[in-house]
Amino acid sequence: MNIHTDMKSDAIVKLDGVVKKFGEFTAVERADFEIGRGEFLAIMGSSGCGKTTTLRMLAGLEDPTEGDIWLDGERVNGKATWDRDTPMVWQSLALFPFLTVQENVEFSLRMRGVSKFERTERARKWLDKMQILEFADRNISQLSGGQRQRVALARALVTEPKILLLDEPLSALDAHLKVRMQAVLSNLQKDLGITFVYVTHSMSEAFSMADRVVIMSRGKIEQIGTPQEIYHAPRNRFVAEFLGSANIFSGRLAGTSGDDWLIDTDHGRFAVSALHAPAKSPGDAVTFMVSAENMRISPEGSGVPGIRARVVGEEFVGATAIVFLETEAGEELKVQKSHGELASVDLHPGSTLILHWESENCHVLPGE
Amino acid sequence: MTGNRNPIIDVLLKLHIAICVIFIFAPILGSFVFSLNSDRFPSLPLGQFSTEWYRLIWEDPFVWAGFYNTVIVGFVVAMIATLLGFGGAYTDFRYNFFGKNIYLALALLPPTIPVVIMGLAMLAFLSRVNLSGSTISVIIAHGVMCSPFAMAIIRLRLSQMDPDLEAAAWNLGGNEWATLRHVIIPFTKPAILAALFITMAVSFDEFAVAWFVSGLNETLPVKILGFLQGQVSPRINAIGSLAFVSSITLIILAQILLRNSSKEKS
Repeated sequence: MNIHTDMKSDAIVKLDGVVKKFGEFTAVERADFEIGRGEFLAIMGSSGCGKTTTLRMLAGLEDPTEGDIWLDGERVNGKATWDRDTPMVWQSLALFPFLTVQENVEFSLRMRGVSKFERTERARKWLDKMQILEFADRNISQLSGGQRQRVALARALVTEPKILLLDEPLSALDAHLKVRMQAVLSNLQKDLGITFVYVTHSMSEAFSMADRVVIMSRGKIEQIGTPQEIYHAPRNRFVAEFLGSANIFSGRLAGTSGDDWLIDTDHGRFAVSALHAPAKSPGDAVTFMVSAENMRISPEGSGVPGIRARVVGEEFVGATAIVFLETEAGEELKVQKSHGELASVDLHPGSTLILHWESENCHVLPGE
Repeated sequence: MTGNRNPIIDVLLKLHIAICVIFIFAPILGSFVFSLNSDRFPSLPLGQFSTEWYRLIWEDPFVWAGFYNTVIVGFVVAMIATLLGFGGAYTDFRYNFFGKNIYLALALLPPTIPVVIMGLAMLAFLSRVNLSGSTISVIIAHGVMCSPFAMAIIRLRLSQMDPDLEAAAWNLGGNEWATLRHVIIPFTKPAILAALFITMAVSFDEFAVAWFVSGLNETLPVKILGFLQGQVSPRINAIGSLAFVSSITLIILAQILLRNSSKEKS
């Protein structure tokens, strides 16, 4: 089972069979991946999936139970966090309330015995870079959420590390500020050219900033890839469902037709593009997905072949709407279309429509 | 909100507070008033205003000796108890181990033991190890009695700390000692000072255990008993007033520190 895609040869971090257990509980089941120099990697999953534990192992706050962690060519198992240069931006920010903004930023330099003069110099440079130099002498309690965020970043970056670890740093901000801080983080990472490892449960954060995304669930890595790869070609049902916009169908391989597979499902036989599909023989179980925006709707009685489904409800998403439908067997399907495209069909709850799609818009889930 | 208040309950509550305050402070106030009264016996009507009794205790080497012992004991006990209390509180904050609840219960136990039992036990133990009857004995006994107070105060402050703060300091290059010095102690500083004041006040006022173990090196409260047994003199009122003022000052200082620190908590 190969779940690695786009392995970086010039890796700054390498996780080699890393397992973390807390007593009986396995927080990280087996992590095997590399993080490239200057890469923006997001680790995404719901709470308790092991993403924060993975990050804490990189920081040296937890030690792996099994396996090795390599940091910049050095095996760092058992190396204390204070002997590594792997600063972290915390979800709670963890700014020191009894220190001023500048003293907070100077902290790691002070711990490393840097002279007072140089400390001030370097701290002020980063405060300036984060555009909070004017608040240098303030107390943390006098700052707004966005300003605190910048202090936390300056404090972590003041040693000019090769890697920055971020643990859901934006989760406390309101939506508007979140988008702005995402831009700040993206630009910062490009300017500095250092590696960012960013843990989040938010797909929009991960997909808008990261070069590659790791999706975890219950301690296991489900998929690693670029946002496009994951979005267009999820590996398995978990990832497809996690992305939220997929209609998933299961069936058996009945035969082939040109480049397409013919798959028998409860709803009948469908032709499915087998471009990325693994080798299977007739009779094997196959799961494929069609994303909500690739679904098409026709009125009942139009004679188009497809799946009959009843409208359950509609959700407004900006310029588009998601229509939720239910098949006779009780399966939930969704269609996402612009309001213009939806104007021609009857969307009253209870009305019946025909759903269909093109075979090239189907994606076989290779991991199922 | 005021519209919903029951006037009867309101009056009863006020009465309750008034009675509490009267029962606590009336005797102290009485003692203070009589300490400034020229009459020999505390009786009404009052005589003339006089600072005579304060002058007498000022000139009394016996009182000075007691005061000196009390201050020495108070300072040393405050230091020891706060150090022990900090250690106990930090252990509780930082570590999880088998039997932790038992450890906590034992550490916080001393104030629940009746002081007479405590005093007797201390005397029995300290005399066996040849430490009874000296200033050190009082320091040891008071150290045991006061450290749970210090621990409770510092523990409360630590519980207000973002648990990520310590890990953040490690992550930023501070080892465990540096983090203790640069993060834990600065954060708990108000509570540490408050604990110093409160333990000092507790030691100042403590009588029973000191009576058992002090021997000839009596602290002021023990001396006061000696006075009472010998002769009834208004000097006791003067000493009492001074002792009260010093204790209440320490307690008020501690309260101010604790209030400000919980306010600034982010």
